[in-house]
Amino acid sequence: MAGIDVRALSTVYPNGVRAVDGLDLEIVDGEFFALLGPSGCGKTTLLRTIAGLEQASSGQVVIGGADVTGVDPGKRKVAMVFQDYALFPHMTVAENIGYPLRVRGESKARQREVAEETSGGLSLAGLLDRRPGQLSGGQQQRVALARAIAMDAGVLLLDEPLSNLDARLRLEARTFLKRLQRELGLTTVFVTHDQAEALALADRIAVMESGKIRQLGSPREVFQRPANTFVANFIGSTPMNLLDAVVRGGFVEVAGARLTLPPGISLADGTPVTAGIRPEYLTAGSGEGITGVVSTVENLGVSSLVTIECPGDALVGLTVPEQYEPEIGTTVTAAPEPGRLLVFDEAGLLLGEAKVAP
Amino acid sequence: MSPLMMVRRIGFYVVIAVLMAFFAIPMLWLASAPFDSKPGLGLRWPDWTLDNVKTTFEHPYALTSLWNSLVICVVATVITASFAALAAYALSRVRIPGRDLMLYVLLLLSSVVTGTAAMVPIFVMMFQLGLINSQFGTALVIAGGMLPAAIFILKDFVDSVPRSYEESARVFGASPFQVLTHVVLPVARPGIATILVWAFVNAWGNFLLPFLLIREVGKQPGAVLLRTLQDEGGSANLTVIPVFSLLYSIPVVVLYVLVNKRYGFRFHGGIKS
Repeated sequence: MAGIDVRALSTVYPNGVRAVDGLDLEIVDGEFFALLGPSGCGKTTLLRTIAGLEQASSGQVVIGGADVTGVDPGKRKVAMVFQDYALFPHMTVAENIGYPLRVRGESKARQREVAEETSGGLSLAGLLDRRPGQLSGGQQQRVALARAIAMDAGVLLLDEPLSNLDARLRLEARTFLKRLQRELGLTTVFVTHDQAEALALADRIAVMESGKIRQLGSPREVFQRPANTFVANFIGSTPMNLLDAVVRGGFVEVAGARLTLPPGISLADGTPVTAGIRPEYLTAGSGEGITGVVSTVENLGVSSLVTIECPGDALVGLTVPEQYEPEIGTTVTAAPEPGRLLVFDEAGLLLGEAKVAP
Repeated sequence: MSPLMMVRRIGFYVVIAVLMAFFAIPMLWLASAPFDSKPGLGLRWPDWTLDNVKTTFEHPYALTSLWNSLVICVVATVITASFAALAAYALSRVRIPGRDLMLYVLLLLSSVVTGTAAMVPIFVMMFQLGLINSQFGTALVIAGGMLPAAIFILKDFVDSVPRSYEESARVFGASPFQVLTHVVLPVARPGIATILVWAFVNAWGNFLLPFLLIREVGKQPGAVLLRTLQDEGGSANLTVIPVFSLLYSIPVVVLYVLVNKRYGFRFHGGIKS
């Protein structure tokens, strides 16, 4: 068991790209931690630098209290599951799982014993003598996990653990992974570009962009109070409404409507801001709200995403329960739920206190 | 079937038959002539006898030359395969500026190095090194000529081994040597098997280099000796040549069968379900 402490870490590639840029991060023992960001944001490089597969250009990586910045990957007591699982095709499942022990020079019998022990909990018991090529994607992933667990390391790193599975299997694997992590209590860091995956799995999420962390927090914090417009845009399965607005007399003027400024924010009249609200936090109804004409209705299953055209060519999305779909062309007023309206300043930073609704 | 179709069909089969005969007749000769009491250059049903085999076995150089061939080929093949494997791995994994150009130039020059063009310099060099009449020296030159092509072919195989295999092994604590022997070489095994067979067959059939570099008849390999199998009159010795040819072709066939059985020329793995 070990925590990970990353201090002022930079990883620069030979071609001059700063993939990780002066990053500080502390991951506590036993935490399930997600590195989330669009492709090319440096999340995988950060993971690989923690594993020792990339050399840090500056800064420190501390695992379990020991500075491992210059240490070989194999000596860091870190297990890793690769995106393609990297199962050795010429070895059986048992040999694959026992491989970390083979490297340490343990006996064949002991390798087999550990393979049997580990595979039992991952429902691989009947597959030990197969080769990886004969397994399904989900089974291959469990073999890769078993091999990482068999290493008995303090830290488990997962590179895009669910991306190679088909959509249906992905949901099952997600639940499975979360249960497994809880049972093992292993400090686990995983990389993903899928915000839903990060929200569902992680205890804490670091949202990254161009080698830096843009927000660090629990899934609830990141979802409800994104620290900036980048995070606001990135998180959420339906994109957040981000609208140009102006402050006037304690109100936010946005898309032809006047909404009450959230408490704790006092801005001079005429300050341009960005108003942000998630479609899930808008309800169709009366009262204070943004009024517009329904232009599209997208069915999301249990709810529908309605897009309304508002004055000033602003498009606002809101979700409505399935039985309350408005007709196209009708006028709808979208009212924000109390406390859900976010105001970002011109630099894109969230204004007001960072308090999260329970 | 229309008459035109019929003519076409017949024509097609005639062409096929001629092409087949082109390859089959020498094979049939190789099967029949060694056991014929009066072997000729034509193909005919043999008048069975084992006298030719006896004569060949009693020939002063025939069997030694096959042994010489074997020594030269094994040395050349082992050198080629092991060095090519290491070089291909390094070239595939380490970024060297101008790597591809280097490989292409090497490949281009390799045909010159062991070819006719460099015949004289090679002879002079080996003479000054005192490696004339040395089987080991000859094997070295042959291996040198085969290495670029072998590296080129193997690099492709190693390129197809995902890096994540090696990284995964490294994370589990494997040393570079363990990474190579546990992961890279086994995964690239079909490639190495291919190189083994290719190098052996190439070296086995190499005539020019041993002909140049080995002057002593007792040290010459089969490919060179075959040329000197003449009777007193100076015409081809047809009692020895057919049997010798048959013996000469056996190792290559055995190698193919063995390597295919042991390693298989294709990738390990199963059916993806």
